[in-house]
Amino acid sequence: MSAFVAIVKRDLTLALRRKNEVITSVFFFVVVAALFPLGIGPEMNTLRLVAPGILWVGALLASMLSLGRMFASDYADGSLEQMALSPNSLSLLVAAKILAHWLLSGLPLVLLAPILGLQFDLSTDALWILTLSLLLGTPVLSLIGAVGAALTLGVRGGDVLLSLLVLPLYVPALVFGAGAVQAEISGLGASAHLSVLAALVLVAAVFSPWASAASLRIALES
Amino acid sequence: MFSVSNLSCTRGDKHLFAGVSFTLAPGQWLHLEGDNGVGKTSLIRILCGLSALEQGEITWKNQSVAQKPDAFRQELVYLGHQLALKEDLTPLENLSVNAAMVGQLLNLSVAMAVLAKLGLRGREHLPVRVLSQGQKRRAALARLLSSRAKLWILDEPFVALDLAAQQVLTGVLNAHLHNQGMVLLTSHQAVALEGVGLSYRLTS
Repeated sequence: MSAFVAIVKRDLTLALRRKNEVITSVFFFVVVAALFPLGIGPEMNTLRLVAPGILWVGALLASMLSLGRMFASDYADGSLEQMALSPNSLSLLVAAKILAHWLLSGLPLVLLAPILGLQFDLSTDALWILTLSLLLGTPVLSLIGAVGAALTLGVRGGDVLLSLLVLPLYVPALVFGAGAVQAEISGLGASAHLSVLAALVLVAAVFSPWASAASLRIALES
Repeated sequence: MFSVSNLSCTRGDKHLFAGVSFTLAPGQWLHLEGDNGVGKTSLIRILCGLSALEQGEITWKNQSVAQKPDAFRQELVYLGHQLALKEDLTPLENLSVNAAMVGQLLNLSVAMAVLAKLGLRGREHLPVRVLSQGQKRRAALARLLSSRAKLWILDEPFVALDLAAQQVLTGVLNAHLHNQGMVLLTSHQAVALEGVGLSYRLTS
């Protein structure tokens, strides 16, 4: 367990010393979410209608921006070899890296979403549901993304391949995440959507570290 | 007891080596020699378990490594061409993260002493990226000094080190052998360590 904590701490420290990498993806989210109201125009009903989809797609793309770097630097400097040779299971260490990735690229989006949602004239209830759906949904993005990042590690042009691989797998999270906010706006209640999102997190949390670790071992073999 | 029998390795359709067998007992060291490209690093990666074992068997304390990889990894330190140092962390932070990764709690005074012994006194809190190539290697070697592992597998440990650092490393290796440790290393220069030294020459 100390290894888990050490890796999370290490990745957070590294990110604090290279702030631009974290800020880029957060800023991307802010800019994308801010551009749409400007482009669509001040028609409140339209904005309310498109808000969940836009914010969710923005979060999805922003979280993808940093995926390519998830294992790349550890692979390049040999840290990944050492992780693979550690007596701790590689899955545990990978889980730590996924948690760190979420803390750096998912959590800021969750915290920013309610503020950005104001531009789309979302009601307070809808803003709450938006935040909650992102809180449940962004970990899914990091978890699924980790498998993709591990599979494309060391592949030339891996970044494009990574988006092709991962974006289709993000669809369920997008559908139920944006759907939760829409259901709340239309008065149906979001609990069903949120339950599905929670189930997605649990399934992904079980399988993703294991699948990522297996892919990383393959990447290390060559 | 670390024992290897009948290892072979192919890369693509090229046979790198075949029939590699040796045994390393506590207190012994083995110098793996061979020309460039003969497959020393490939062999070492197979021995550590980073590359798949195609043929042959590796045993640690009479148990197959393939069956009990965890018990083996607990007693293994591997230092390869890549130093596994984070450029933005200091040598001290790198050392403690690496120790935590193998499940070891390293207290500050021990870590400082280890780095001082390797001539990094006063540089413990500088980011690794500002250190010279040789100093980076020294920072990576700190892992050996703080480790309790029995088997050290080192790929070209003497590269980029100045004479003083080479002497420190030789001393560290000797002390490890004295404690019934085992060392397997590759090097293109002559290596003189205490204890029983074996030599294995890889040929294609």
